Amino acid sequence: MSWIKNPFKRDTRKNPAGPLDYYRKLWLRLAVIGTLFFLYAPIVNLIAFSFNDSRRNIVWRGFTLKYYEKAWANDSLMVAFGNSLTIALITTVFAVILGALSAYVMWRFKFPFRAVYEGGMALPIVIPEICMGVAMMVFFARVGWPTDLPYPLNLSAITIAHIAFSFPFAAIVIRARLETFNTELSESAQDLGASELQVFRNIIIPHMKPGLIAGALLSFTLSLDDFVITFFTSGPNTLTFPVKIYSMVRFSVTPEVNAASTVLIGLTLILTALALKLQNRDKELPIV
Amino acid sequence: MTSSTQSDPIIKIDQVSKTYPGDVQAVKNVSLEVHQGEFFALLGPSGCGKTTLLRMLAGFEIPNEGTIMIDGEDMTDVQPNARCVNMVFQSYAVFPHMTVAENVGYGLKVDRVKKKEIQERVAEALELVRLGDLGARMPDELSGGQRQRVALARALVKRPKVLLLDEPLSALDAKLREAMQMELVRLQKTVGITFIIVTHDQSEALSMANRIAVMEGGTVRQIATPEELYEDPNSRFVADFIGQINLFDGTAVASQTEEKVCATVEPFGTMEIWGETLGPVSLAIRPEKINIDIEKPTTSEHPMAQGTVTDIAYYGGYSNVFVDVAGTRIMAEVSNDTRIRSSTFERGTKVWISFNAEDALALGD
Repeated sequence: MSWIKNPFKRDTRKNPAGPLDYYRKLWLRLAVIGTLFFLYAPIVNLIAFSFNDSRRNIVWRGFTLKYYEKAWANDSLMVAFGNSLTIALITTVFAVILGALSAYVMWRFKFPFRAVYEGGMALPIVIPEICMGVAMMVFFARVGWPTDLPYPLNLSAITIAHIAFSFPFAAIVIRARLETFNTELSESAQDLGASELQVFRNIIIPHMKPGLIAGALLSFTLSLDDFVITFFTSGPNTLTFPVKIYSMVRFSVTPEVNAASTVLIGLTLILTALALKLQNRDKELPIV
Repeated sequence: MTSSTQSDPIIKIDQVSKTYPGDVQAVKNVSLEVHQGEFFALLGPSGCGKTTLLRMLAGFEIPNEGTIMIDGEDMTDVQPNARCVNMVFQSYAVFPHMTVAENVGYGLKVDRVKKKEIQERVAEALELVRLGDLGARMPDELSGGQRQRVALARALVKRPKVLLLDEPLSALDAKLREAMQMELVRLQKTVGITFIIVTHDQSEALSMANRIAVMEGGTVRQIATPEELYEDPNSRFVADFIGQINLFDGTAVASQTEEKVCATVEPFGTMEIWGETLGPVSLAIRPEKINIDIEKPTTSEHPMAQGTVTDIAYYGGYSNVFVDVAGTRIMAEVSNDTRIRSSTFERGTKVWISFNAEDALALGD
């Protein structure tokens, strides 16, 4: 009867992959390697060639920082960079406030047509950016929004457009966070004597914090690298960083563009790391 | 606490009803009084309206009808933050982003109590629940039992007139739950505040409370001391809900003795037992009050019948012996009071069942 396998005896020679041990399957390893390669190789390449001592991004000719100096000395690039940061910061503040308020309203209150309102708010996420850009452009032209205001008011049209398309993202993230709220916490605070406003400030906002941070990060990066909507809403004299890079690339891809892009990547990485660190500080209690 | 039952009620619930949208009537015309210093329990199966009643006391639900008086004041629709009662929630609801001391002091902070007084009272409250040195901890560094104590301290530090506890022990494991029961009783005696606890666990209610209201389907079925509930239930529901009991269907007619009836119950025949209901009744008798013998008992005045042991359930301290008497299943509790016993009963043993008619009750619905 030796041909019947004892199910309790472990086969010591071979250790076959279990049904869920996907990581041990060759095809999956290849897929992972391929994915990572196509995701990150272009970015690594971009960063590497920003340090390349050559006019063209083809052959490695030695390490240099001169393109960073050159980008730094490029006034219009720096102005565009400054514009982008200004827009992104203002957008973040407004998007988070608006997003938090609308998320709170939809979570806390019941009112007629709430589902319609909720769906309508998510619309900017699904509407193609090009449509939104054109719509914004037409809108600002129609109301005769001035384009020749001094800094930073010259960025107002772009900023308004950015707030409009990024606050629903913040709202969705914050809404998701609110779903995990244990309502006994707010009831408990109320029971201890807190007013509605105190409950919101002392209990609900601290709970929303990770959502607020994530929403802020999301709207900041959305605004910082937005091209399409910005392109349609920027006046003749206001350039943002992505639009400027686009215009530089139209002539030739110089290492200067690489250098500027690398700085942008670094900036977003630092911000993300910071936000993650802030989020991880809040530990959750189990809801029993 | 002995004089408490005579004083003015601290809580007076008068004909309160609560209907939720969709015609779900959670509480139907409930009236009850709780006295100063009592440990009062609302006991019932889930969905019986006990939590809704508690939430109406706290102010989270407003009754559709009736009034709620707390310490002589009409509080029926006063906001929760303006009531002199505090609540311990089922999930404890300890604020995760505040230290233990901040949690306990929160209710005083929103009341704008002076910083120094807050510190003193928080320290005092933490001492009371035996968390004296944990004030600086964050809640996620505490065990479940400790978080529960934080919730208790946070409510007690406000010196409420009544402390409401919503299933406070349901999330703790069995050993800890028992310890916390003793702790709650000790705490209640120390502070002298009226406690109202909601629970579905009858042993919890029986062991802690001075008085218990048994609820079912939104109504109060009986309000009594634990002993009365167990020994003198007013209905089949209460008898069946509290502890274990044998219920035999029969009929009752009036008897010569006051508060007694003549009940005819198969397989025991006719006997005079406590009860007031006439007509179809249930004879109710607790399993520990049933005697079980191999030989026919000599006390001839006791109702008795012969049957066969069908099952034995062993619980350590006692065993439940199930006896089949002409198709009726009877449960008798046998105390395992010596370590070494010859096992008297086993499946198939012919035994005699008997009980003192004084221990039986005739109960209606």
